[in-house]
Amino acid sequence: MKFARFAALTLAAVLLPLAGASAQTVKIGFITSYTGQNASVGAMMDQAVKLWMKEHTKHLPAGVKVEIINRDDTGPNPEVAKRLATELVTRDKVDFLAGVIWTPNAAAIAPIAAEAKVPFVIMNAGTSGIIPSGGAPYVTRVSFTLWQSSLPLGQWAAKNNLKKVYSLVSDFGPGIDAETAFKKGFTDGGGTVVESVRMPLATQDFAPFFQKVKDAKPDAAFVFIPAGVQATGVMKAYQDLGLAQAGIKLIGPGDITTDEELINMGDASVGATTMFHYSAAAKRPANEAFIKSWKAEYGSNSTPAFPAVATWDGMAAIFDAIKAQNGKMDNAKSAAFLKTWKTDNSPRGPISVDPETGDIVQNEYLRRVERVNGVLSNVELETFATAVKDPWKILNPKK
Amino acid sequence: MFRWFNSDKGSAVERFVQRDALKPIELLPWILAIAAYYVFPSYLPLGSQILLTILFAISLDLALGYAGIITLGHAAFFGAGAYAAGLYALHVTGEPLSGLVVAGLAGGILGFLSGLVILRTSGLTLIMLTLAVLLLVQEFANRARPITGGADGLSGISMKPIFGQFRFDLFGHTAYWYCLIVLFFVWLFALLLVRSPFGRALTGVRENVTRMHAIGAPVRRRLVTVYTISAVLAGIAGGLLAQTSQFVGLATLGFERSGEIVIMLVLGGIGRIYGAFVGVVIFMIAQDTFAKADPAFWSFWVGLMLVLIVLFARGGALGVVDQALRWVRKVRR
Amino acid sequence: MDAFFAAVVSILFHGLAYAMILYVISVGLSVTMGLMGFVNLAHGVFAMLGGYVMTTLMNRYGMPFGWALLSAFVAVALVSVVLERTLYSRLYRAGELEQVLFSIGIVFMAVAFVRYAWGPLPQRMVVPELLRGSFDIWSRSFPTYRTFLIVVSFAVIAALWLGIERTNFGAQIRAAVDNRRMAESLGINTGRLFTLTFALGSGLAAFGGGIGADILAINPQYAQDYLIYFLMVVAVGGLGSIRGPFVAALLLGIGDTACRYLVPEFGAFFLFASMMGILLWRPTGLFGKA
Repeated sequence: MKFARFAALTLAAVLLPLAGASAQTVKIGFITSYTGQNASVGAMMDQAVKLWMKEHTKHLPAGVKVEIINRDDTGPNPEVAKRLATELVTRDKVDFLAGVIWTPNAAAIAPIAAEAKVPFVIMNAGTSGIIPSGGAPYVTRVSFTLWQSSLPLGQWAAKNNLKKVYSLVSDFGPGIDAETAFKKGFTDGGGTVVESVRMPLATQDFAPFFQKVKDAKPDAAFVFIPAGVQATGVMKAYQDLGLAQAGIKLIGPGDITTDEELINMGDASVGATTMFHYSAAAKRPANEAFIKSWKAEYGSNSTPAFPAVATWDGMAAIFDAIKAQNGKMDNAKSAAFLKTWKTDNSPRGPISVDPETGDIVQNEYLRRVERVNGVLSNVELETFATAVKDPWKILNPKK
Repeated sequence: MFRWFNSDKGSAVERFVQRDALKPIELLPWILAIAAYYVFPSYLPLGSQILLTILFAISLDLALGYAGIITLGHAAFFGAGAYAAGLYALHVTGEPLSGLVVAGLAGGILGFLSGLVILRTSGLTLIMLTLAVLLLVQEFANRARPITGGADGLSGISMKPIFGQFRFDLFGHTAYWYCLIVLFFVWLFALLLVRSPFGRALTGVRENVTRMHAIGAPVRRRLVTVYTISAVLAGIAGGLLAQTSQFVGLATLGFERSGEIVIMLVLGGIGRIYGAFVGVVIFMIAQDTFAKADPAFWSFWVGLMLVLIVLFARGGALGVVDQALRWVRKVRR
Repeated sequence: MDAFFAAVVSILFHGLAYAMILYVISVGLSVTMGLMGFVNLAHGVFAMLGGYVMTTLMNRYGMPFGWALLSAFVAVALVSVVLERTLYSRLYRAGELEQVLFSIGIVFMAVAFVRYAWGPLPQRMVVPELLRGSFDIWSRSFPTYRTFLIVVSFAVIAALWLGIERTNFGAQIRAAVDNRRMAESLGINTGRLFTLTFALGSGLAAFGGGIGADILAINPQYAQDYLIYFLMVVAVGGLGSIRGPFVAALLLGIGDTACRYLVPEFGAFFLFASMMGILLWRPTGLFGKA
């Protein structure tokens, strides 16, 4: 095994310089979870990259090629993510690091990006603190933070006659962000959080938790779980225990009604109100075009959700950086370019990167699950807030 | 508890030098490891992880291979060491060597205490008890968020240079040598241990407990001793991971890590120390290669490899080598 | 006091539903481990496959729930016979470690296979119209499907126990678990017995995976995620026992539910601690042979 690898490497070392001379190849190291917990999200991100490449490779400057190097971080395993990032930087000499579902993995990669001076585009991980106030060198996030959705949701809930809310979140960084942000928005507006429960990240049967919510008789349950397998479990528990009939509304960031899982959730989800930056049902032309090409590629039963869109936009940002430099990549210039990147053409509406922090700035939409032409959809009711910067960084300025 | 060591140390070393003198081939792994540093400079991060996993596998071999303690919970000690080293670096000092001592202590204390309780049992019960210890420790680390960071893990660990000289660099040069040297000393220690009378007695326990009881050997005390030593080494391996990756997460205490280390050791061959080297290298390089070639379905090929090995290559890789050598000798004759 | 009583009722109810799934899936593992001494860490694969077969038949081919569940039982039992004859039977005399290595290899392959065949998303489980929603007794609501699950599982368990106690086949199994050599010398064909028992256990696991799909979502990680729980049921219940795992599953299901309801901050701490306590108190499990 070792010898085979040695032979292959020697061969590659001899041949590669010859091959590389003819065309400009820009390499993107794409790290996500292809296996393990939330492999479904990783698969969706991978599909978004493939679709982007298929549609946009032709728009690259002449003679420039983009190569994607896929790596599996196997779930929330920061040491694996860190090793893969190091290898991508040192061995594959990538021009960009991108992807990453899990917060701890992104946090482990960020210092590598800074030390190796390779721009790192975070396409999912949503804990505010990964990017500190004041920004992290070479790190840009194009996805979201939980504060962006949960704080406005708290404000909305307080304004809309919800007096008592029961908070139920997964016990990890993003869950705690969601809980804190919602509480801040809601209590500042005069509401009361009657109880805050943090559920183990590995929970599968949510019935006991929801039974407890029901017994507490709040006006609404604020719920956050990482999008994926668990979202359906939450909705089933909500339905099975008849919380809707008991007059308890279900609210939360968009993860709880994530678009690709909505089809599995059934009528229990109708009426769930969420605050989020993206819905597959949005009527914006850019989104309708995106959905159309997605369904053409992956079948009408496949629906892209927010991780796909963040990946899509992240690829757009990287491609813009490549075009701006005409394929002659300079890492410092790429990183500087990404930090001022903006577009009006994202499926989620106008977005930009906050030059000060490198974090995403986007609209937050108030949505409700409804049946449209027989299909459950997150219908956008209003643009609740425009150009939202990560509120956590505003509340916790750089010391 | 450590009486055997004090009284027999002289003779053990003597025996080691004379009768059990190192054969030249036993230096092969070290030559290969040093050669790998120069030949594959861009694989060093993987190299460091392989080295510290070998250390972890050696620690398991002492318990499983030599004393016959089948465990699915060895990551408890690995994780305890990792968290101890991480917390030590965060709150006390980033000095690495003392951090390893702390990691070893943490693993050892946990190993001693749990060993006292669970080593009265055997078979599936023992497997489940080792698993229970692991799950309890994992759940504790998960819930003790203010100390351990919970599911988000411990981050922001920064290490001081080793001896104030060698800084941990991005490319993993220092980490590789650091892991290699620590592994070298652990390997020496493990060889001394298993070739000592104590080590021989352990094999006796593994092969026939009843007889060992009958000849009046203190079976349980020996088991607890070796379990503790094994846990110290596992803790050191965990400490190495914490120091070289500068992050500690719940995965260090994972059931998967426990299971995989057993797989790797059995793959190489148990009860022979070098099985740890061979098994870890085969498994981790195969996994890395498959995962890069096919990020979504690599586990199929790893699984197939395991099934084929069990069906056609009992005794692990080194077992097969033994059989081949025996066959060659027979043919020559 | 009322609130306390209400809480107890809820915990017992949800815990019972969980326990039924755990028992139906794990009982086969207990018997195969007791009867053949095979450490089969891949048992969860059969439950997972059952779930996939059932949901596929329902969602893609519109088969009614009951028939789909039955088909899952039959299909997985057949698959397991093939696996038992071609692979497992070669390893009955191998060491525990080799069996562990082999069955983990099977798990790895199965995880990749179902992901390839069905994709990474969890499977949609549409409960029949009749079993949706919930009904109220004394102002507590009981989800209809869970009630159905409990009742059906009880029926299956009763049939299983009666079969083991009353039929010739059951007597052979009991004899072989107690003393395999003696059973063989009495002319029981243990090879055939193993195959049939293995098929029955795997089929039951498929049944449990299928009927439980509404609670434990069917996804590629299933066989790995729940392995620990199946092993806990078997070890606490006692190897080779039919009733032991039942009591163990009740303890586990209700205990776990109670922990989550009453003290979510402590997670599964009590659960693991009590498993440890029971195993130290009775190393062979609650109903195991000494």
